[in-house]
Amino acid sequence: MKKLVNAPDRVVPDALRGLAVAHPELAVDLEARIVVRRDAPRAGKVGLVSGGGSGHEPLHTGFVGFGMLDAACPGEVFTSPVPDQMASATRAVDGGAGVLHIVKNYTGDVLNFRLAAELCEDAGVEVRQVVVDDDVAVTDSLYTAGRRGTGATLFVEKLAGALAESGAPLDQVAATARRVNESSRSFGVALTACTTPAKGSPTFDLPDGQLELGIGIHGEPGRERRAMMPAAELAEVCLDAVLADLPPGGPVLVLVNGTGGTPLQELYVVCAEVDRILRRRGVPIARCLVGDYVTSLDMAGCSLTLCRTDDVLLRLWDAPVQTPALRWGR
Amino acid sequence: MPTVTVLDTAFFRHWLELAVDAVHRESPRLTELDSPIGDADHGANLDRGFTAAALAVRTEPPGTPGELLVTVGRTLVSSVGGASGPLYGTALRRAGKALGDAPEVTPPELGEALAAAVNAVRELGGAEPGDKTMVDALLPASQAYTGALTDGGSAREALAAAAEAALAGAEATVPLLARKGRASYLGERSIGHQDPGATSSALLLACLRDASAPGAPGTEAGPR
Repeated sequence: MKKLVNAPDRVVPDALRGLAVAHPELAVDLEARIVVRRDAPRAGKVGLVSGGGSGHEPLHTGFVGFGMLDAACPGEVFTSPVPDQMASATRAVDGGAGVLHIVKNYTGDVLNFRLAAELCEDAGVEVRQVVVDDDVAVTDSLYTAGRRGTGATLFVEKLAGALAESGAPLDQVAATARRVNESSRSFGVALTACTTPAKGSPTFDLPDGQLELGIGIHGEPGRERRAMMPAAELAEVCLDAVLADLPPGGPVLVLVNGTGGTPLQELYVVCAEVDRILRRRGVPIARCLVGDYVTSLDMAGCSLTLCRTDDVLLRLWDAPVQTPALRWGR
Repeated sequence: MPTVTVLDTAFFRHWLELAVDAVHRESPRLTELDSPIGDADHGANLDRGFTAAALAVRTEPPGTPGELLVTVGRTLVSSVGGASGPLYGTALRRAGKALGDAPEVTPPELGEALAAAVNAVRELGGAEPGDKTMVDALLPASQAYTGALTDGGSAREALAAAAEAALAGAEATVPLLARKGRASYLGERSIGHQDPGATSSALLLACLRDASAPGAPGTEAGPR
């Protein structure tokens, strides 16, 4: 497998050095392995910190900036960061109003963020945690580690980030973050497996002509394998799963997310089908975002995330944002 | 040559040296076990952690067994990541705290430290026996150790019993259905694979047994 790397164990720091070059507005601390807004900490503003294994770029480092995250902690590829990173990031962004940790629901992420929260609270920083678990592919949450956090993480980070930017207090930012998570559902599909730099070969075997429905963002297996199908049918299958579980409510935010190895053109093909299906089902689309936002290295495939909104959430969505991967209105 | 295992700082330092070597040696196998039911990084992550722990202990040599285990635990939490970092790290920190600041611990005290480590893992990870996790190796090991002491065994005999029980426990995870961690997403497809976490737990307990081998540092006959 050909990859643009120097050495597999240098991928994360090497990419962070590149991020620092491309985005001087971000402070990239290679020693502490954190990415922080240059204007942090801002007095009186709730800080937002997220993090997780690397390999999902632009999540989370690409979402650091005005109107979204204050800091991100990237771990090794597909491995949760360690509590020291999270504690450093929390200290760096605490402006006295407390810090919200946005955590995707994976055992490692949850445990490391829990230990980090203990460290931070021992140091006198008020911390709240919101766990994102939007992936409907995991049905039997009683006998598993629970639903995984995927595309809704972007919605949580954007909407809670906009609210924090407006000066809202910690409990309100945390409550909105939870509401966004509860209003969101996702479902993903893989056309190929992904290849981690360390392993150098695909993480699982997906024969040509087959796809995996309900794939996780680290290539965790999904609900079932089926023969390859046209985009219209695929969008139908994904939306069936999402809509079966999505709470009732207002118009939806739609994320048509690429997993890293699928051309944007194909994502637009899927987007057109999503629009057709949602019209037929009477679900109005409020806003739509198409692109690679929560990726799985070079995996070909896509995921669909829907989030029910109201006027409050829509205003937060439209609020200005200026990060490497999302920017508008400023 | 009659020797009595002395559970002092040198004994635990020897355990750490054996563990660093064993984890490094077995890293490819742990990663291989982690490939079908995890994300193929267990060996690499633990290798990074134990290497860092050895460095930490060399840089600031701990004065007591308890301090040594706390240092190793803290270093694992700070360097491993994933689920195994917090789980092993907290287990060793709690074990170290259970040992207090005595320069030398008694065999029953080591049993209490093992129990504290198992409880830490169960508490933090929420896993029950049979969930196909580290607990399936650690819990029988802790019980076997205490059982052997109660039956009048020496520390060395108890550690041998613990290592044997841990290995059997790890091997017994093969037919189990994973209910915790990333393997749980596989459901039925997790059956037929040995749990990598239970396997590394058995490895660390085998090192504890080997540290008590006659002639090893920390035994009366060994170099101190």
